Amino acid sequence: MENKKCEGCSECNKDPDMEKILSEYKQEKDNLIQILNEVQEHYGYIPEHAQKAISEYLSIPMAEIYGVVTFYSRFTLKPKGKYHIAVCLGTACFVKGSEKILDRVKERLKIDVGETTKDGKFSLEATRCIGACGLAPVFTVNGEVYGKATVKMMDEVLDKFIAEN
Amino acid sequence: MVSLTINGRKVEVEEGTTILEAARKASIDIPTLCFLKDINEFGDCRMCVVEVEGRRGFATSCIQKVEEGMVVRTNTPAVIEARRTVLDLILSNHDRDCLTCTRNGTCELQKLAEEFYVNEIKYKGERNKHQIDDKSPSIVRDFNKCILCRRCVATCKNVQGIGAIDCTERGFSSTISTYNDMSLNDVNCTFCGQCIEACPVGALREKDGTAAVWEALGDEDKYVIAQTAPAVRVALGEEFGMEIGTNVKGKMVSSLKHLGFDKVFDTNTGADFTIMEEATEFIDRFTNGGTLPMLTSCSPGWVRFLELNYPELIPNLSSCKSPHQMFGAIIKSYYARKNNIDPSKIFVVSVMPCIAKKYERTRDDENGTGYDDVDAVITTRELARMIKQAHINFKTLEDSEFDDPMGEATGAAAIFGTTGGVMEAALRTVAEKVTGNSFGKLEYEDVRGGQGIKRAIIDLNGKEVKVVVASGLKNARTILEEIKSGKADYQFVEIMACPGGCVMGGGQPIRTSKERATIDIRGKRAAALYSIDEKSTIRKSHENPILKKIYAEYLGEPGGHKAHELLHTSYSPKEKYRLG
Amino acid sequence: MKTLDEIRKIRETKRKELDLRVNTAADTREKHILVCHGTGCTSSKSPLIIDTFRKILAEKNIENVRVIQTGCFGLCAKGPIVIIRPEDIFYAMVKPEDCEEIIEKHIQKGEIVERLLCKDIDNTTVKKLDELNFYKKQKRIALKNCGVIDPENIDEYIAFDGYKALEKVLFSMTPDEVIETVSESGLRGRGGAGFPTGKKWALTRAAKGDQKYVVCNADEGDPGAFMDRSILEGDPHCVLEAMMIAGFAIGANHGYIYVRAEYPIAVQRFQKAIDDAKKYGILGKNIWNSGFDFECEVRLGAGAFVCGEETALLESIEGRRGQPRLKPPYPANEGLFGKPTLINNVETYANITKIILNGAEWYSSIGTEGSKGTKVFALGGNVNNIGLVEVPMGVTLREIVFDIGGGIPNGRKFKAAQTGGPSGGCITEEHLDTPIDYESLKAIGSMMGSGGLIIMDDSKCMVNLAKFYLGFTVDESCGKCTPCRIGTKRLLEILEKITDGKGEDGDIEKLERLCANIQKASVCGLGQTAPNPVLSTIKYFREEYREHIDHKECRAGECKALMKVTIDPELCKGCGLCKRNCPVDAISGEIKQTHVIDQDKCIKCGTCISKCPFHAIKG
Repeated sequence: MENKKCEGCSECNKDPDMEKILSEYKQEKDNLIQILNEVQEHYGYIPEHAQKAISEYLSIPMAEIYGVVTFYSRFTLKPKGKYHIAVCLGTACFVKGSEKILDRVKERLKIDVGETTKDGKFSLEATRCIGACGLAPVFTVNGEVYGKATVKMMDEVLDKFIAEN
Repeated sequence: MVSLTINGRKVEVEEGTTILEAARKASIDIPTLCFLKDINEFGDCRMCVVEVEGRRGFATSCIQKVEEGMVVRTNTPAVIEARRTVLDLILSNHDRDCLTCTRNGTCELQKLAEEFYVNEIKYKGERNKHQIDDKSPSIVRDFNKCILCRRCVATCKNVQGIGAIDCTERGFSSTISTYNDMSLNDVNCTFCGQCIEACPVGALREKDGTAAVWEALGDEDKYVIAQTAPAVRVALGEEFGMEIGTNVKGKMVSSLKHLGFDKVFDTNTGADFTIMEEATEFIDRFTNGGTLPMLTSCSPGWVRFLELNYPELIPNLSSCKSPHQMFGAIIKSYYARKNNIDPSKIFVVSVMPCIAKKYERTRDDENGTGYDDVDAVITTRELARMIKQAHINFKTLEDSEFDDPMGEATGAAAIFGTTGGVMEAALRTVAEKVTGNSFGKLEYEDVRGGQGIKRAIIDLNGKEVKVVVASGLKNARTILEEIKSGKADYQFVEIMACPGGCVMGGGQPIRTSKERATIDIRGKRAAALYSIDEKSTIRKSHENPILKKIYAEYLGEPGGHKAHELLHTSYSPKEKYRLG
Repeated sequence: MKTLDEIRKIRETKRKELDLRVNTAADTREKHILVCHGTGCTSSKSPLIIDTFRKILAEKNIENVRVIQTGCFGLCAKGPIVIIRPEDIFYAMVKPEDCEEIIEKHIQKGEIVERLLCKDIDNTTVKKLDELNFYKKQKRIALKNCGVIDPENIDEYIAFDGYKALEKVLFSMTPDEVIETVSESGLRGRGGAGFPTGKKWALTRAAKGDQKYVVCNADEGDPGAFMDRSILEGDPHCVLEAMMIAGFAIGANHGYIYVRAEYPIAVQRFQKAIDDAKKYGILGKNIWNSGFDFECEVRLGAGAFVCGEETALLESIEGRRGQPRLKPPYPANEGLFGKPTLINNVETYANITKIILNGAEWYSSIGTEGSKGTKVFALGGNVNNIGLVEVPMGVTLREIVFDIGGGIPNGRKFKAAQTGGPSGGCITEEHLDTPIDYESLKAIGSMMGSGGLIIMDDSKCMVNLAKFYLGFTVDESCGKCTPCRIGTKRLLEILEKITDGKGEDGDIEKLERLCANIQKASVCGLGQTAPNPVLSTIKYFREEYREHIDHKECRAGECKALMKVTIDPELCKGCGLCKRNCPVDAISGEIKQTHVIDQDKCIKCGTCISKCPFHAIKG
């Protein structure tokens, strides 16, 4: 179906938050990644309407924006879970056994890296070095760092959040 | 001049020459895959690596320029092994179903596999699998065959200025994709098909139209009529190994008859109608204060581009259909009535250099007779494929003429197939109509040639018309921006979606990267069209006797009511991305 | 806005006020409680410690005591770290609930809180930071201010010679003299490749262009390296000042710093440094009436290791996918937005102000023949003192691991060290005494890299390590060129085959050949160096590869598929706990009898190992 009535004004999908973000930037293409970083921060992911708004604002085809979004691992296309668990797989943490901790989360939540549980409660990420090597191995939940972690510690953390309503 | 040594032999080349070009001069080929001259020059595939004395690592011969005294070796065991490794790696992640591939025999990767004598698949491992996108009426995208050379991306983004596809994801998961992997049908693709021309393998191809044509040919109830665009006859021979720029009109007509078409007509006649209508429309706008500049509308990829990107300029677009659609309408109305054929039984097949015409056929308002103007569109390549399927020995075929009464067309129509041709043809008619007498000028050199944008001022006995000719959609965008910003001081604009015009259309024979770099393909094909024009007895559309007859007997005045009903169409803004 | 005289005034008065930070005999009645506010200590609640101190001080109405948040002290393993100045008493692993005691005892009564003092490896109690073995062999140039000043306070930076080098450069040196000084110092790029910094500056100065740029590469991607982050967090102004000096030298008036978005504290502090410098008139137009203009912007990365490659970084700043460009042209000629661009790494910049102030001769007196100055290493892995160390070039790995790092924990043996992260190689026991510099590391098949130094004990499998690094490269490959995009994936697949116990004869040779071609044919440094961990582990641990392939054995026991879980009959008490918990019923045995595992059924999940109360099951 050709959308005959649409005049391409995009009035229908205007989002004031998005407009506010864009208004802080000049219409220059090199701002793309800065804007995406802010969108990711604001929404927790990069929604489609944001990509469209950026495409129009910076005159960049959507395929290119999508190409940039999928290139950088910080940008995600799906919302994260209520509890976002990130297990560090940097070398220092790896050498100290962080893989076992990651495996434990996968096993218990039955999700793989980059996925969110069906109820939207947990999402899992394997991060590169977050710079807390002195506390290796580490994982974070919504940014809060759990250092010198063990499988047991992860179990306790998961138990706590699972029990929560 | 720069002198260097390649494989021990002295070579002299101009400054600024790449190592690859210099080697070619010395009769040494360096294999390439991602390289597409002036379009995709990034040196990513690593096939073209060579050794340069004193340099650490390999040099990238497709990009790196020669230097005085440079010592290059193109075929050391280390170089051959590196290239071979690159080839092995590409093959390890490629859908190797050559037998069932459209590009069997014309694939650049297949050719390299043959040249390197690949007799085993060295690396086995994971392969990227992707859904084939065949939703659009024009293009099929099969990522399983993609080798990530990005020639299509560069063509779409940098030559055409569209960016419908781009590289997404990263590393081994990298893909060439649309936004969110949507169908090309639902994004800003114009169906120009230049990506197909750029693809070295079978990852991009036209949507097949031959099956429907074979079916119609086998249907006794159907009266199957072929019409062929001007650019087809100067390229079809290439599919059978003939020289670029050979006019194979006679053999083409013969082969269509062999295939069983009931009639074979010339779309050039349709082009003459287009000139009559477009010239009339222009004169009307020019003299009566209509919306100017007027933009030509015979290139459906271009029309779609405008609808997607500049809906506010729709009023500038000529309402004329493209030649084959006009001609289809004439066949299904005037011709059908004249010959007592039920138009519902007529099956019009357009043989076109274009894949956007496949989409155009399905547009609204292309059925003024009550029937679809055109029932199937096949490209030059697909016609060649049908000829091969039928095992017709094309090269030794006798010549035949187009069928009467729609066979005879003017020289003006022939040059429709190249950039500037529509403008030149139109000016021949406009000049006479405006000046009111027989205006002698036939050749408008200013609008000829391969440049992306050509500007000219035409003096019509004191009345000045400023014209612009642009080909390639990036150039089109430049012109549209000028119009939008009010900077345009011209009145008439010809635009063709494909750089160089229809001779370089997305449905034409695919030439290799090397041929594109070393042969003036556009120039040769266009020269053949200009030669047809030159040899024509009638070179102005309004002097075509068939047209005069049809206007007199059936259509009435050019631009009149009946003509509008059959030969004109309408446009509407289109969403660039049909998001969920 | 402050005039140059006002800045000088701040330097003078503030320096006196802060004397207690560096002088234990400082003449003052004040005390400063320095709390580390780097990422490591922040992760273990140092901000809460700062708040708690401040709260208690306020409640108790204690005057003359200030709580200062500083950058990283380096000894992250002992964090959070608190230091009391001027007496320089060092408390380790402080918790918020310890604050009260520190204030009551130490601040109010002048008694040291013994239980919070740090124990060195040799079990001696250490009172002062520099008594620790960890610090004895260090020489801090790049990290000079880290842990001394409050990084968010521009006055404190100015107090310790801040913006003095800029003043010197603007008013008493020509651009050529600046470049000459940097060249003569012998400073080389600290990002990894070790290109002579002065030469880079000279090339960019010589390049023709109406507009030039200075870029700071703070996209520290090596997993296990965090010196750039620590510098930005602990002393952001020193990097900013160096970028300005570079701008003056090459003729650029615009700078960009490209920082990983994963480093929020560093980003925020650097932004504050820019804002504060602007307020003081140190950044902007016609700085101190010298005629020199400079602006600086922060650009955030978004999680792509390849953006540490200079041309990929430029692509990213320009708003595109971080795909490297083919060189030449080099950024010095065609860089950001096609203009001549100088790109240096954070640590490189952190040396500049000191070189300008102390002279090239001073700097080049430190280090080895070909590698001058110091290098910061992020020491991690199986070593006691995990943290950040800055040592003169030429120190041996043995000194770093055993003297500074305190050796290998849990009584295990040193097996190998990895420098250069995923681009580097491993160093074995036999090379422990090699003096570390750019050339010597290269000679033994590794590289300096950005300074990640991961120590591995004998419980680590080197095939698995190679697989880990390859997994990283495969994830981080940009996908642009064939050898890296597909080649590294195939390398990884072969390694996986080997660690899965499916290795075949000829696999090692296949790896070596593919590695060699990837090294030679890849476009950028990432691809060219990606095979290094494979090649160097094959070089030094070929036997281990052979064991995996020929005997399906992993001596370190890390490769799960090769693991054989067995029950030690000596230790097994026949409690049956393992049998009950085995998910695949692979364990049999009567109660109070020795149990056995059916190897064909066993899926090596390890459940029995963790359940056995007598540690009788081993895998």
